[in-house]
Amino acid sequence: MAKTFLPHSITISILLKESIGWARQHLFSSFGNSILTITVFSILWFFVPQLVNWSLIKATWVNNPIACQVNGGACWGLITDKYRLILFGIYPYEEQWRPFVAILLFIAIMLIVANPRFWKLWLSSLLALTLAIIATLMWGGIANLPFVSTDRWGGLPLTLILSVTGIVLSFPLAILLALGRRSKLPIIRTFCIIYIELWRGVPLISVLFMSSIMFPLLMPEGITIDKLLRAQLGIILFTAAYLAEIVRGGLQSIPRGQHEAADAIGLTYWQKMRLVILPQALRLIIPPLVGQFITTFKDTSFVIIIGLYDLLSSTRVALSDPQWQRFYIEGYLVTALIYFVFSYVMSQYSQYLERRLDINMYSK
Amino acid sequence: MLKDEIIISLKNVNKWYGTFQALCNINLNIKRGERVVIAGPSGSGKSTMIRCINCLEEHQSGSILVNGTEVSNDIKAIEKVRRDVGMVFQQFNLFPHLTVLENLTLAPICVKHISKSEATDIAMKYLERVKIHEQAEKYPNQLSGGQQQRVAIARSLCMYPNIMLFDEPTSALDPEMIKEVLDVMIELAKEGMTMVCVTHEMGFARTVANKVVFMVSGQIVEINTPDELFNNPKEERTQQFLNQIIRH
Repeated sequence: MAKTFLPHSITISILLKESIGWARQHLFSSFGNSILTITVFSILWFFVPQLVNWSLIKATWVNNPIACQVNGGACWGLITDKYRLILFGIYPYEEQWRPFVAILLFIAIMLIVANPRFWKLWLSSLLALTLAIIATLMWGGIANLPFVSTDRWGGLPLTLILSVTGIVLSFPLAILLALGRRSKLPIIRTFCIIYIELWRGVPLISVLFMSSIMFPLLMPEGITIDKLLRAQLGIILFTAAYLAEIVRGGLQSIPRGQHEAADAIGLTYWQKMRLVILPQALRLIIPPLVGQFITTFKDTSFVIIIGLYDLLSSTRVALSDPQWQRFYIEGYLVTALIYFVFSYVMSQYSQYLERRLDINMYSK
Repeated sequence: MLKDEIIISLKNVNKWYGTFQALCNINLNIKRGERVVIAGPSGSGKSTMIRCINCLEEHQSGSILVNGTEVSNDIKAIEKVRRDVGMVFQQFNLFPHLTVLENLTLAPICVKHISKSEATDIAMKYLERVKIHEQAEKYPNQLSGGQQQRVAIARSLCMYPNIMLFDEPTSALDPEMIKEVLDVMIELAKEGMTMVCVTHEMGFARTVANKVVFMVSGQIVEINTPDELFNNPKEERTQQFLNQIIRH
């Protein structure tokens, strides 16, 4: 209240004093910190103006490659010209509303799945249904939707299909593998160990390569399985092996007493796992779990080597247009931004989830 | 229901961990309604013995009969035994991700398939008996050790067991909380529950036990009424052990 009546000069001097105090405390608290602050600021001083200059001031926003060369800055016209190719790949142009709706459906279902309030049995049915709708929408061939073969799917929807389906289907498989690896039955345990170690022993790129080159050779003549489906299967089986080890880590950190108490009150093995052990184990492993989800999301870009047009490959296709060829930095920057947004949201979500579930379990 | 019916019977039970023999030729009969306290120095196989009764540990030879069922590897037999036998642990072992009420209703709903509202009624009845019904919606970690152990007792009782096993139920508690747990156990004894308790609470043994089983190195050394065992131990090892506890 009193502050509003102070003359300006005094208000400013108070502000100045406060900000000097703040800077001393947070930026120059010791000799080492002062050096660090000065170094960081000089680096920013050097790069930020150049970046702003290139990406905003000297940038060209109109769809004209010649103008770009004259201005010398970033050429965002590439994006306005090619954004549909980047986002949807070579999906038939007039049908691109379908992958667009697919993206919206993906985002909607992910928002629902992310909310712990909806973690009920019906959610898995809803998830399966949504994935089925997305697949139907993309494929077509029914109602008035023309059929679009998976060769022409591409861009962001393909990346989302591969990663979301990969994560959703590999997760239950991973839980079974992790439980199997701790099983007392030697056959099941050996099988799970061999599976996990074999898949973890090869890089994803070779898995995809095998799925596209080797697998058809092993199939009987006349039978072909869709290339996308094969890649998807490879991603699921590969991710499951990694997730299984993360889940096993969680299972091992649950004290033996929890198993014994569940046994003693008469729960069966599956009831014990479903109701007592897994709910506790899974919340302990949220950070590495989400880390693996992010890795899987980004790793789907490897499908470029088997000729599928995911977000990264479709960007490359967009850049193969001779008039835009030299502006690849702009193209890849935008693609990177899309990857970043999805990954960052997942990472933030992991932290939110940890806090939220922790409050439930240990609230004092 | 016969008064003298034998409800737990161990015959020549042996158990090894590798080459270490944890139980040697255990023979013990417990009648319905009897309260038995198992005493002995640590590492004498007390806990191992009662954990064999509900098959948390497997015995390698001899036979254990619980309420007419032979304890074996057979899943059906294990299920039957565990429905008859409740167990309370030293570390409480409540499920930290479930509320107190959910801890109690879990097994009745999943194992006995009774409705949620009925299970809640039973749970609230037992929570009132252990004087903790106001905390039904809290999580275990919000309760004190003594309260948690009383919840654990109530959790076992919700399954209407014929037999209750107690594995050092007060050993992890602060001294001021021991009484509230023992009071609940004394109450239970008065109602005629068959109880087998591993405990160092000799006062409790004197008050409620029909007999005290004294064990050393996996063997039963002496079985007697508390008065006889505490006042005139027949065996030297019993005497030594009692001297050690009483000196404290």
